[in-house]
Amino acid sequence: MENQDINITIIDRDGVTHKIEAPTDMAMNLMEVVRSYELAPEGTIGVCGGMAMCASCQCYVLSDTELPEMQDDEEAMLSEAFYVQDNSRLGCQIQMTPEMEGLEVELAPES
Amino acid sequence: MITTDILIIGAGPTGLFTVFEAGLLKLKCHLIDALPQPGGQCSEIYPKKPIYDIPAYPEILAGDLTEKLLEQCKQFEPGFTLGERAETIEKQDDGTFIVTTNKGTKHHAPVVAIAGGLGSFEPRKPLIDNISDYEDKGVEYMIKEPEMYRDKNVVIAGGGDSALDWTIFLADVASSVTLVHRRNEFRGHLDSVEKVQELKSAGKINLITPAEITAINGDGKVESVEVTKKDDAPVNIETDHFIPLFGLSPKLGPIANWGLEIEKNAIKVNNALDYQTNIPGIFAIGDVNTYPGKLKLILCGFHEATLMCQAAYKIIHPGKRYVLKYTTVSGVDGFDGTRKEAPKAVVKAIQ
Repeated sequence: MENQDINITIIDRDGVTHKIEAPTDMAMNLMEVVRSYELAPEGTIGVCGGMAMCASCQCYVLSDTELPEMQDDEEAMLSEAFYVQDNSRLGCQIQMTPEMEGLEVELAPES
Repeated sequence: MITTDILIIGAGPTGLFTVFEAGLLKLKCHLIDALPQPGGQCSEIYPKKPIYDIPAYPEILAGDLTEKLLEQCKQFEPGFTLGERAETIEKQDDGTFIVTTNKGTKHHAPVVAIAGGLGSFEPRKPLIDNISDYEDKGVEYMIKEPEMYRDKNVVIAGGGDSALDWTIFLADVASSVTLVHRRNEFRGHLDSVEKVQELKSAGKINLITPAEITAINGDGKVESVEVTKKDDAPVNIETDHFIPLFGLSPKLGPIANWGLEIEKNAIKVNNALDYQTNIPGIFAIGDVNTYPGKLKLILCGFHEATLMCQAAYKIIHPGKRYVLKYTTVSGVDGFDGTRKEAPKAVVKAIQ
């Protein structure tokens, strides 16, 4: 079977850079990829389970990778979250696709 | 002192179902929860979201699940200490426990079941340097007694349902209400958004968007807050209260210091037997526990609660004989005197 993995880079909350392979055929989003690699302690990321309702998976997109457009609920959540910057996104709203090869993100501080 | 058989910490779905299973064994339960209402995450974070993996419910809203669980355990008359966080636990010489909340309420029980989910919900605090100096001195992250705002000036910050709902409520109570939100759009039920629009148009509230509270001023208590509107110079608004409503986030909190074995922000339990922790008499069930193969699902919490109650029975009634009974056969005898049972079959000859 063809390899469905893509290479992405995640900088964790301690500033450590992780180059990891993310599957694109498992209906996983970025938050779930971070959890599966345990790059942030359980209970500090994906708290709401991925409903765009807690902002615990907020990250800063560092690469110019094209990402799915922000939906209303993500935008609303980010408008209430802290440490928000122009390149903030919620990891749970970014489904991994082959087009995201080379994606680089930094996890926002816990809040 | 509140006394009970099983003291449950956390009134989410797992905690509520524990009341029912314990009740079948004639054990009484009391629940402590930091939130002002039962239901845990289901009622606090996503009451309007459908859940699809509750057995026998192809689809049920999280809020409705809470209601059904409350209805199911009602006849076992659970006690509730709501809006208080379990703070300390002391093991007594006889092996029982005393749990004290942050408000000083004491609970005494032979068995403690921690069904705390991801922990107690703590308000998310805005990033204002001196905000902690004003907590309970004009800054409140949760509205517990609406009457304390009567004829006061109030500034609310936030853009979700609670910010909208309290703005509407306090518009009639406070002498002035100012709602500040980072953007022009609000996320809430349509009727709440429309009501706030009405109040604004009628001049009954002040609405400042897109803006943020950037400082708090006052000598020993809140006297004014600084509001910064995008691209404008900050302005000071005189107020008696500042209520930031930015949602809640769960923290394991004081439970982490109870001497329990913790792994990955969860409590390690013996899943081969009864979900007991490393301290005999203290159990952990639902999302708060961890063991090899753990899945954080409501339905797994129900199973864990059921097995835990059997172990609790043995602690509370050592040596007493017990045999599992089916509700279809035995019915359900409530502590309130009610009885549910299957109607008796009619036996009659056909002539």
